[in-house]
Amino acid sequence: MKPRVDWIPPALLLAIALAALAMIGNPSTWVTLTVAGLAMGLLIFIMSSGLTLVFGLMDVMNFAHGLFIAVGAYVAVSVMKLFSASAGSESFLVNLGALLPAMLAAVVVAALLGLAFERIIIKPVYGQHLKQILITTGGMIVAEQLIHVLWGPDLLPLARPSTLRGSFLVGDMAIEKFRLSAVVIGLVVFAAMVLVLNRTKIGLLIRAGVENKEMVEAMGYRIRRLFVAVFVAGSALAGLGGALWGMYQESVTVHIGAQMMVLIFIVIIIGGLGSVGGCFAGAILVGLVANYVGYLSPKIALGSNILLMVMVLLWRPQGLYPVSKQ
Amino acid sequence: MAEALLTLSGVNTHIGHYHILQGVDFAVPRGELTMLLGRNGAGKTTTLRTIMGLWRASAGSIRFESGEIARAPTPDIANLGIAYVPESMGIFAGLTVRENLLLAARSGPPEEKRLDWIFRFFAPMKKFWDLPAGLLSGGQKQMLSISRAIVEPRKLVLVDEPTKGLAPAIINNLIEAFAELKKTDTTILMVEQNFHAARSLGDSVVVMDAGRIVHGGRMADLAADEALQNRLLGLSLEAHQ
Repeated sequence: MKPRVDWIPPALLLAIALAALAMIGNPSTWVTLTVAGLAMGLLIFIMSSGLTLVFGLMDVMNFAHGLFIAVGAYVAVSVMKLFSASAGSESFLVNLGALLPAMLAAVVVAALLGLAFERIIIKPVYGQHLKQILITTGGMIVAEQLIHVLWGPDLLPLARPSTLRGSFLVGDMAIEKFRLSAVVIGLVVFAAMVLVLNRTKIGLLIRAGVENKEMVEAMGYRIRRLFVAVFVAGSALAGLGGALWGMYQESVTVHIGAQMMVLIFIVIIIGGLGSVGGCFAGAILVGLVANYVGYLSPKIALGSNILLMVMVLLWRPQGLYPVSKQ
Repeated sequence: MAEALLTLSGVNTHIGHYHILQGVDFAVPRGELTMLLGRNGAGKTTTLRTIMGLWRASAGSIRFESGEIARAPTPDIANLGIAYVPESMGIFAGLTVRENLLLAARSGPPEEKRLDWIFRFFAPMKKFWDLPAGLLSGGQKQMLSISRAIVEPRKLVLVDEPTKGLAPAIINNLIEAFAELKKTDTTILMVEQNFHAARSLGDSVVVMDAGRIVHGGRMADLAADEALQNRLLGLSLEAHQ
């Protein structure tokens, strides 16, 4: 007997994309918007996937997750500045000499910060939701002020490497190079996560822990250690997402993380708390709807994601791919 | 009677403001199946959870082999060779049967021989090997929960009401499985309300009431004494099956 796969959410995504094609009318505009939506969705996925696991595994409400996004973006600014000569080259390989250190530094700094944050801020408030909300919100405010001190209060430019600027032209369709790169990176991160979660013992433990952490402990595994590892990995991914999102916007402000938190919460809620597959589907849904609605009806673009969340939850109150909890 | 593998002395457990276990004393003999009986709310599940460290004993001692485990973390208790089958079964619904068993096998992938032994009395585990556990029937989920507990040799298996809500045919299947497990000298502490299962499997018996042990002895003696059953459990076990 083969396991059943729930194809309804992917079918919904396809239906939305086709409906948007019918409403937009122009295929080249539709392709541009779709690639933009996928890029936005996959970047949100990178930033939110860690948070959904953190919540699923230990019921921890981390309102300071945006801090790791902001730090990742600011670290990328500093490193890209350091390697500005490489970033300005017309060779993609030379560009990588700036891009890779920037991404790596964003990941490492966010991971280390995540480790310190979990040990100092989160650990004392396990199982206390109200305190978690208060202390992580407070931590976010303090961290934003520290970013002010380190990088200043002004908006900082974060230029994309030369070869990732501009667009590919296919017929009369323009596809932004950076957005396409973001799609590729997002898919690679998703594939890596799927591989780790399904093919490794630590992945199995994470999936099992999201469902029933007590039983995982009763089998002899220390869930707290697993949680710290997931928290650090989630922070690192948020840092990577922040660096990429900064390049996507070509600028960074101290509020970059806090601004993303609304979208991130929408994504992890409509995906199903603790579900990486749901987070992926939810992020793409949010990205596509934001871009299609922004083009078709700009006046309602701002509220479109909240409306989307309401509609999804009315349809599936536990999210697109709910995790069975015991 | 065999020497004790597990000994509880004066164990008290509080859950919130409620004082559930009020000085529990009993021993589980090595290599035997001990039945833990009692009315609903007597503290049987709390006793198993306290042994596993899932609820912390507020006073008293729990000794496993020669070591004290009352204050040990749950993973450390499990790693001493104690497996737990909770009343809720605790299966990981999103993981396949194979993945559930893989996680339960702490010392590496499950041995083929051991799996074949398990498949002999739990055939659906082989049939639904790659199926998510959430899609199994209630009886199959219970089989998986027990399979996980015995996928590796354990010193002590704690089982909470394994036959609850199951069809008679599946209950017989479980009784056969536990009878097989007993042959391997595995020590078992089982909470059970089904008399047929309790009488078939139990070597010794402990009866609880209101958070205390009110009787301890051989299962055969209790099974033969209807007056004692009525006094301890409020009804005849024969009538309760």
